[in-house]
Amino acid sequence: MSVIDTSPVTAAADPTPSRRRPRAVRGSRPGWFVYASLGVVLLAAIVPYYWALLIGSGDSSTIRNTELSWIPGGNFFTNAAAVLNNPAVNFWTGLWNSIFSSALIAASVVFFSTLAGWAFAKLRFRGGPWLLLFVVATMAVPTQLGVVPLYILFSEIGWTGQIGAVIVPALTSAFGVFWMTQYLRQAVPDELIEAARVDGASSFRTFLTVGVPAARPAAAMLGLFTFVTAWNNFFWPFIVLDRQNPTLPVALSLLQSNYFVDYSVVLAGVLLSTVPLLLLFVFAGKQLVSGIMQGAVKG
Amino acid sequence: MTTTLQPPAAPAASAPDGPPARTPRRVGFGSKLSAWDLKLSPYLYISPFFILFLVTGLFPILYTGVISFMDWDQIRGSGTFVGFDQYAYVLSQPAFWDALRNTFSIFVLSTVPQLLFAVFIAAMLDQNIRAKTLWRMGVLVPYVMAPVAVALIFSNMFGDQYGIVNTLLGRIGLPGVGWHSDTFASHIAIATMVNFRWTGYNTLILLAAMQAVPREYYEAATVDGAGKVRQFFSITLPSLKPTLIFVIITSTIGGLQIFDEPRMFDQGGTGGSNNQWLTISLYLYKLGWGEWNFGRAAALAWILFLIILVIGALNLFISRSLVRDEGTRDGLTRAQRRAAARATKQRVAAESTGKGARS
Repeated sequence: MSVIDTSPVTAAADPTPSRRRPRAVRGSRPGWFVYASLGVVLLAAIVPYYWALLIGSGDSSTIRNTELSWIPGGNFFTNAAAVLNNPAVNFWTGLWNSIFSSALIAASVVFFSTLAGWAFAKLRFRGGPWLLLFVVATMAVPTQLGVVPLYILFSEIGWTGQIGAVIVPALTSAFGVFWMTQYLRQAVPDELIEAARVDGASSFRTFLTVGVPAARPAAAMLGLFTFVTAWNNFFWPFIVLDRQNPTLPVALSLLQSNYFVDYSVVLAGVLLSTVPLLLLFVFAGKQLVSGIMQGAVKG
Repeated sequence: MTTTLQPPAAPAASAPDGPPARTPRRVGFGSKLSAWDLKLSPYLYISPFFILFLVTGLFPILYTGVISFMDWDQIRGSGTFVGFDQYAYVLSQPAFWDALRNTFSIFVLSTVPQLLFAVFIAAMLDQNIRAKTLWRMGVLVPYVMAPVAVALIFSNMFGDQYGIVNTLLGRIGLPGVGWHSDTFASHIAIATMVNFRWTGYNTLILLAAMQAVPREYYEAATVDGAGKVRQFFSITLPSLKPTLIFVIITSTIGGLQIFDEPRMFDQGGTGGSNNQWLTISLYLYKLGWGEWNFGRAAALAWILFLIILVIGALNLFISRSLVRDEGTRDGLTRAQRRAAARATKQRVAAESTGKGARS
């Protein structure tokens, strides 16, 4: 260490003294302020979860207790059981419906978006650019604009209350098509397609052997993203489903009704319902983060 | 669909075990099919999106327009034409104007602080911190919680009598706020839920834009003696403009449709005793599935759409004049991109004439 140390204590604590050299420029490690700010942000992100745990693990009097306690009570499982076993909530049906519909929607969106994205990005056909513009334009149309006729349509064919009514309208996504188009455009060199064609591969075979492998990273992110969105979707499922056959958010909304004035039970249910997505996030959060960041740059 | 297109184009692949009925009868049939394959398959690939959009998107949108001119009968499943009566009805309701005001108020209260926070947090994450991915993931934790769940937790925290927020306010000697009775207070509470869920998401988008700024700028600024704060305002913030506009547009479209949080804010779900937090979407639900009047709901849906269109156009107009001379995301100017497109087009034309000559 050639630099004269003014603060030997921190220097001793620093395990990698070689990092000190570029400290003058931007590569240097930031000070406490950055970490403190980020710590506060992280705390703010977690506090509502923790608050749900505090109330959800107490009993019905916890909420009225003005003496704040920051230690969870012991009633979480009692409260959770009250939600899980309540026939009015249909928690298990909701859980299954949410898993089933979100997975199916994610798979379908990924497949059709890759297919359409491949066509828009790499195949030349009459009207292609205009059709792509049309796809992008549909992204600005609010859900609310279609719900009345959609509801009429589904009640005509007897699908109201059926999970199919949630799945079918979500099977493709304009955002997904746009996303895959953007990605495939730069991910696959045109020469590769020409080579496949010279080898006599059909259009679909070219897609399978050249397009699909190249699309895989973007497809994974799109799938994850679609899954989260579908899982948390509320407006349309709330309209078209009923309490016998809900998705998880619809089941949750039933907790906030006059049947459940006990907030401990309500928040235990809320916490329980967020567990699946939290688990998913623990395993795939890194991909979700990079997906959002990548989408932003390409947007 | 695909099987009819595939085998003849790939004779090598289909030769050993291809279906015998499909063997080409004439010379040249295979190449003809392969030409069809090339011509038709793009349309086949994009058709699922367009077919589904036609059924679940375009048809409902147009039909909403039709229904909005009708007095819709639930039981018969048809309506009688009433002209603009439903629009006149909706526009004459004080509840509509309450909803419009609330929607905009909640939208402003959620977008402005959210973006300020997001820019700040992104600037913190843009530093050379340790455990980058961990912090980034941490920021996104609220995003995976369903809006309904967020609303349930926060409406509890903002409880009028026993909520933690009022309790804490009491601790420091302030009077409790009527989060569920006062209009403005309810907007703040609902905007807080929106901010909680979306700040992290926007942070990551802005962070991506920050990382795209060439590091040499900062080095040069450091050499020139500019501090961190000065660098942020002179380099970072100006480069963020396009992304900021993108974020503003998306959060406008989302904000005008807000439903989940106000719906779950109290046990009634009707937007408050005096429409304190009734939003347009919530009002639409109330008209359609509370009063079962589809004609009025459809009219309101079209009004909402027009509002979004106007705001969107306004956004685009403002952003165009703001971003005109900014560099684009792929680092090319518009002229450069046009030149590249022209070159490609020429190449394509040359290729296709070459092909034509060959066959």
